[in-house]
Parts: sequence; structure tokens; C-alpha cells
Amino acid sequence: MAISHQLKRVDFIFNNENDWEKVLSATLKKKPVDLINELISSELKGRGGAGFPTGLKWKLASEAKADAKYIICNADEGEPGTFKDREILSKVPYKVLTAMAVCGYITGAKEGFIYLRGEYKFLEPELNKAIDEFQYYCKEIKFEFKITIFMGSGAYICGEETALMESMEGKRGEPRNKPPFPTQAGYLGKPTVINNVETLVHTFTIFKYGAKKFYDLGVQYSRGTKLFSVSGDTPKPGIYELELGMSLQDFVYEFGDGDTKAVQVGGASGFLVPRKKFKDAAIGFKGKLTGISLPTGGSMMLFNSSRSMYNVLDNYLEFFREESCGQCTPCRVGCQQLLLGIKAVKRGEKPASYLDKLLRLTETMQLTAKCGLGQSVANSFSSIVENFQEEMIY
Amino acid sequence: MNPIKSLIKEMAEKHGRSRESLLPIMLAVVEREKYLSEYSMIEIARQIDIPAAEVYGTATFYSFIETKPTGQYIIRICKTITCAMKGKNQVLFAIQDMLKIKLGETTPDKRFSLLETNCLGWCHKAPAMMINNEVYTELTPEKVRDILSGYIKINEQIIN
Repeated sequence: MAISHQLKRVDFIFNNENDWEKVLSATLKKKPVDLINELISSELKGRGGAGFPTGLKWKLASEAKADAKYIICNADEGEPGTFKDREILSKVPYKVLTAMAVCGYITGAKEGFIYLRGEYKFLEPELNKAIDEFQYYCKEIKFEFKITIFMGSGAYICGEETALMESMEGKRGEPRNKPPFPTQAGYLGKPTVINNVETLVHTFTIFKYGAKKFYDLGVQYSRGTKLFSVSGDTPKPGIYELELGMSLQDFVYEFGDGDTKAVQVGGASGFLVPRKKFKDAAIGFKGKLTGISLPTGGSMMLFNSSRSMYNVLDNYLEFFREESCGQCTPCRVGCQQLLLGIKAVKRGEKPASYLDKLLRLTETMQLTAKCGLGQSVANSFSSIVENFQEEMIY
Repeated sequence: MNPIKSLIKEMAEKHGRSRESLLPIMLAVVEREKYLSEYSMIEIARQIDIPAAEVYGTATFYSFIETKPTGQYIIRICKTITCAMKGKNQVLFAIQDMLKIKLGETTPDKRFSLLETNCLGWCHKAPAMMINNEVYTELTPEKVRDILSGYIKINEQIIN
């Protein structure tokens, strides 16, 4: 059983003291190697969902040798149920820009991009204004770093880092093979650091207050805070910054409507946790000793007992079928067949045992799909089908 | 010169005649014309010197780049889980009933096109939709009728 933590509300990200100029100039006076060590000791992990250690990523990029390097802020926030990055970019854009510039200073990159999803185009004018002011200040302190916005155009898969780079290079957003990783060969084949919007803001917090303040929050392997996008059947939907490591039971106690049947953690590509497992599940990265640990990009969708889990799964699969880039067969055909399969079982055209075949198909997809999209369809599919089998059939 | 041709030329000069400029140029055309015509694709290909098939291949990958003529206002209603749970269908019926078109269709006067889209990132204020780049949230059938009446009124003023 997971250790129960009280939910702890924190206010780092949206706490805007408007001191980015001070933080930037103070940070640029420190040695890059010290800044990297600070970041590594904070144990900050990527907040987009994959959870790669940020300090290590910046270190790898700083050690790469190349005539040009790039920094990319990934604002292609497409996971169903997540909307935190939009809020960050509209409320505290300067923190993001500062973090990008510091990353440029550490790694030796002179240029950065914000890849903004097409759905957030309305943010572009304000964000451009912020960039202009930021560039003006950089010029004043004689620090060279150029930031431009690159608009996406309605493709979920472009949130995958290598697909995003393909897209920036003017191609179809199809993920590349890894390795090489972006820190060796990313945008235009040059070493590239690509971070989620929220990750960048956390580095701002760390550079401002020091690693300890961040490290002291959260639990082992999951340090610091995280923004959660709360939606679905809840009396208080919205964006909340909470300490990592909380138990799902505490979360539901705080945000549920008293009738919560299941929570989808991590969006359509994450896991569905049924009521009976709430107390065993904790929100954080893998490696926690007890119970189930659920990594997340911050999407928390609550479902109450009036919802049919069949409809939920049907909706997710339709999403994946449309958003699969079609490049690799397991994902392209797999998503189509899963959707056809559950419909056939529901209509009684296939026996209930057909669900086991579909589960085996998701295992195959997990093993053979090229990128995270195809691999993660298995997460929601198996967690819904295994926990709510009767709803799939009747 | 044809206005679209000169827009493409201007954009190619602004962003540079390289493959990396393809998406920004296409989006500039879509911003102006709401869709990417065959003519535009060939012209873009000519400007940045790549095969037109590559332009078509890239354009059709992105769901916000239409390659068929659309209305002046593209309505994209979110159909992903939270919006679906919070009454997206009622909103959709209200739109269809008011504009007398179905999903995927354009009104005969070429004013409105109605499409569904995947998660817009407004789940806490579901259901949500976009009309061109404008976002509308917490929709109800009444609210969406008001919003559309507003758009129809603008059009009538322009016509008169």
C-alpha cells in the first residue's frame, strides 16, 4: 500500500514576481558546469510525460561538439486532458524564455524555438510581444540568443520530439529512429535540447531558489512539484500545482465528486485506475518502492459512475486511429483493428474471448511500434479492458 | 500578379527558400484562403524548389491544412473524451440545425464549414470549439446559437 501523503498545494510556477531580468543576469554569471550540477542535484525529470532527467539532457547537449546547436520548447500540448502549457505560456512566458536562454548559455546554442500547436495560435501575438521585450533585454546585457515561434498545425504526433523536428524541417511529422537522440543529432541534424514548457519553468525555479528547495518537495525518484490538469467529473476542474508522490486516493478525495468510478492518469496514452486501486496508486515516476506508480504529463480525468467505460475506450481509440502517423504498421493497423474489435464485441459479432486477442495485439504494438504513440495505446486499452471487462461486452 | 502568388513569393523571401520554410508558407496561405489549393501547392513547390508531390504529402499530414475549398469560417468542434462527456453532441446538433449542414460540409454561401477535431486543450471548460483561430468554451446549445448569430450578423453587415 502506498504511503498516504496529504495533498500539498504549491505555488512556484504561477507565482510571478516579475524578476526574470534579475534571475537571468544572475544565472548568466555562473559557470555552465555549476548550473548543470545544480540541475542534476535537483533531480528534475521531464514534465512532458517521459520523465528523462533534465540535467543529464542538458549535460549531453553541452558536451556534444557542433558548429550549431538548438533549443526547442515543446508547446505541442496535444494529450487529451492536458492544458497546463497554454496557461504557462499565457501567464508566465518570461520564465520560459529565460529558461531557454539559460539552456542556450549552458549548451552553447544561439537559437531557440517554441513549437506552438495550431490550436493555440491565439497565443501567438502576446507571446511575440514577450519575445521582443526579452530579446531587447538580452541585447542590453550583451547576451546573444534568438527565439522564434514555429506554428504547428493540428497533429498530435508532433509532440513526439523527433516528429516535431521533422515537422520543423518542413516534412510530415513522422517520428525518427532513435538513436541518434536529439542531444546528438536533432533539428537539422544538430545537437538539440528539447524540453516541455513546464520542465523549462521548473529550471527557472531551480536557478532562482537553488536545487534544494525543489529537491525537498516530492518523494524519492519523483522530486519537486507538477502541474495537474484536472477535468471530467469534478466540481473543480482546472490547473493545480501539487507535490509529486501523492496517493490517488487523496487526489480523488480532494477533486472527486463523491462518486468517482475511475481516474485516467496521463491522458489517453496513460492508465485508467479503477476505484478499488485508488489507495495503491501513487502519482510519480517509476522506482517508488510500494504500490503502483503512475508517471504523468499532468492529465487527470475523473469519471463518475454515470460514465460507460466502453464509450471512453471507444473515444480514445478513435483518437489514436486518427492521430497515428501511419508510418509503422503495428500502430497504423493496430489502432484500426482495436477499434473495429471492441465494436464487434459490443455488437455481439465476436465472442468475449476476442478481447484477449485484442490484448495480445496491444502487447505486440507495445513491443514493435516505432514511437511512444503506438507503444502507449496498450496502457489505456489494457487498463480499461481488464478492469471493466463486463462493460466492454454488455 | 495573382494575390496568392505574390503572397507565396513574399513569404518565401521572408522565411527563406528552404524546406524548413514549407510549413510557415503553407500556413500563411491557409490563413488567407482557409485552404491550400492545387495552384498554391504548385506555386509553393516552384518557390522553394521541391517536387509538388512533397508539398501535397506534407500538407495532407496536418489536420489544420485543408486541401479542399472550405467556408470563410471553419468551425472545429472538439470531440475528445471530456468534451464528448460534457454535451458536445447537443452543441453539434444545435450548429447543424442552425446552419443546415452536416459534419464535413460547407454552407452553400461558402460562409461556414463544420468539422470535428481532436483535443483542443480546454477540457476544464468543456465543451469547446474553434472558429478559425478564435476559441469558445463552456458551450451550450443556446450559447453556440448566440455565437453563430454574431458571425452571421457580421457577414450581413459586410454584404450590405
